[in-house]
Amino acid sequence: MSRELVPQIEPRLEVDLAGVAFRNPLLTASGCFHYGKEFEPYVDLGRLGGVIVKSLSVRKWPGHPPPRGAETPSGMLNAIGLQNPGVAAFCDRELPWLVERGVPVIASIVGTSVEEFVRVADRLRGAPGVVALEVNISCPNLEDKSRMFSADADATGAVVRGVRRVSTQPVFTKLSPDVTDIVEIAHAAVRAGTHGLSVMNTTLGMAIDTEAFRPKLSTFTGGLSGPAVKPIAIRCVYQVSRAFPDVPIIGQGGINSGEDVAEFLLAGAWAVAVGTSNFVEPTATVRILDEFREYLLRHRIRDASQLRRMLKEG
Amino acid sequence: MTDSKAPAWSGPAEVFAYKRLSEPYHSLTIVSPEVCRRAAPGQFVALRSNDRSLLLRRPFSIHRVDRRPGWAGTVEIVFDVRGLGTDLLAKSRQHDALDILGPLGRPFRMPREPTNCVLVGGGIGTAPLLFLAEELRGHGHRVDFILGARTSEHLLRLIEAKRVALTVTVTTDDGSSGQRGLVTDVLGDTVRATNARVVYACGPVPMLRAVANVCAELRLPCQVAWEEVMACGFGACLVCAVPVRVDREDDEEGWAWARCCTEGPVFSASRIHWDRVEPVPSTEPAAGDSA
Repeated sequence: MSRELVPQIEPRLEVDLAGVAFRNPLLTASGCFHYGKEFEPYVDLGRLGGVIVKSLSVRKWPGHPPPRGAETPSGMLNAIGLQNPGVAAFCDRELPWLVERGVPVIASIVGTSVEEFVRVADRLRGAPGVVALEVNISCPNLEDKSRMFSADADATGAVVRGVRRVSTQPVFTKLSPDVTDIVEIAHAAVRAGTHGLSVMNTTLGMAIDTEAFRPKLSTFTGGLSGPAVKPIAIRCVYQVSRAFPDVPIIGQGGINSGEDVAEFLLAGAWAVAVGTSNFVEPTATVRILDEFREYLLRHRIRDASQLRRMLKEG
Repeated sequence: MTDSKAPAWSGPAEVFAYKRLSEPYHSLTIVSPEVCRRAAPGQFVALRSNDRSLLLRRPFSIHRVDRRPGWAGTVEIVFDVRGLGTDLLAKSRQHDALDILGPLGRPFRMPREPTNCVLVGGGIGTAPLLFLAEELRGHGHRVDFILGARTSEHLLRLIEAKRVALTVTVTTDDGSSGQRGLVTDVLGDTVRATNARVVYACGPVPMLRAVANVCAELRLPCQVAWEEVMACGFGACLVCAVPVRVDREDDEEGWAWARCCTEGPVFSASRIHWDRVEPVPSTEPAAGDSA
């Protein structure tokens, strides 16, 4: 059948996440798009659904010494150490530029205690252009022997409650796959009032240089991302969405094609965030968006959100 | 003409020639008029083989460009095999397709007045200095080379260096070529003999540190081209961290991590915070093979 003969109806890409309207479900993952400027020569930022910026702390965090990255099969390990100039410097120097590009900003926030999370969220109260917060709980809790907040239901709940108390924007809690039961942590976040969930963060990995007899990262272990982790992310999205069908989920982990976007939405995500692919191909986001639109046309799906209910499980 | 203010170019390119150089080194010449036109010495390209078995690009400093009129411009890189990425590129042959992003990074700053320049290259670190030497000569500056390597086989493109420079002084660790010893053994004398006013260096970190020390003693400006593991090459990932001094007004600690890819790879040696540079050479780069 010739495609030209069939009138194509432009699929609807708009998505509503906790009361915030996005022009399409394609966001950029935190830490993989910095604050946007580096992509200006390659991407019309106004085409993106939104930008989740690199995590912000109360004060400047210097980050880890090099080497901070290593390629692994179909993925990469990173040990950046959440380097960032602090939330105030971000608001002064980076945010106005990004907002001017006409793209909604989701601020990822991080801290080493509940109080630090709360202070970052407080600084972002009413910040123009910041439409939501993403709470990065994959960070050592210095008040609990440096255990990750994300690994503990109580710590997760405490951070989310604290952030909700002060924030003016909807809150998305970013879950780690490095837990026994991701649904239990998701439940703690939902009970504490999170509006949505980001699923998932990197998973902890390690690689060793067998010629130099040395770990490839200065910190020995680091976050694994890229296509290698996609099946883990799909599984996490699926488990969490089945437990909380009404909680909006931003799916992330190894997305590199329009079909990958479809896979995440079929698993139950409401939107997606593209991460590591941005490093390989600065134009990855818009290519993936175009491919996703083609996918919807090919399957005659009128509204991207329909995919969430189209997985055949019977 | 160079067009170094234009943004980096990203797209497909074709291998014009692969050449095996002396024992450890390989050369790849790539047809890319867009990158060729914009490139300046010290900048690099990030390459990805069309064999998609590897995820990330690999950064390589630009060794030479060919802007012959009437030809599609080419860019040449040289490298040694350090991991899977360089191993794959070493298997490239004419007409192979690959993906190129570049030119990236800040180039060497050129002197404004006619100046005598000493260029210090260590092993594969000589790669960006030949491009620099040609540009310096083209602008009427004097160029003298000091080339150091482990053995004579690790000297990169010695003949070409001799053609472009007034003098070339060679040092090797084993004495198999030139003087046995380090480049810094001859740096002071070369600077005095040539009346040099600026030093450019590229090579392993211990060499750069030693060159920077000599230049500081001689009160000579020195620019170093840095190498660090990279993921993206254009400033987004923060993988390629280099410790640099910053004004205490901006930062109470007096130092910060700079991005090798966008704030370098060429740095003023006096800007590097040498005390925070790892004393041991970093592990074999996996996410970046050479910049």
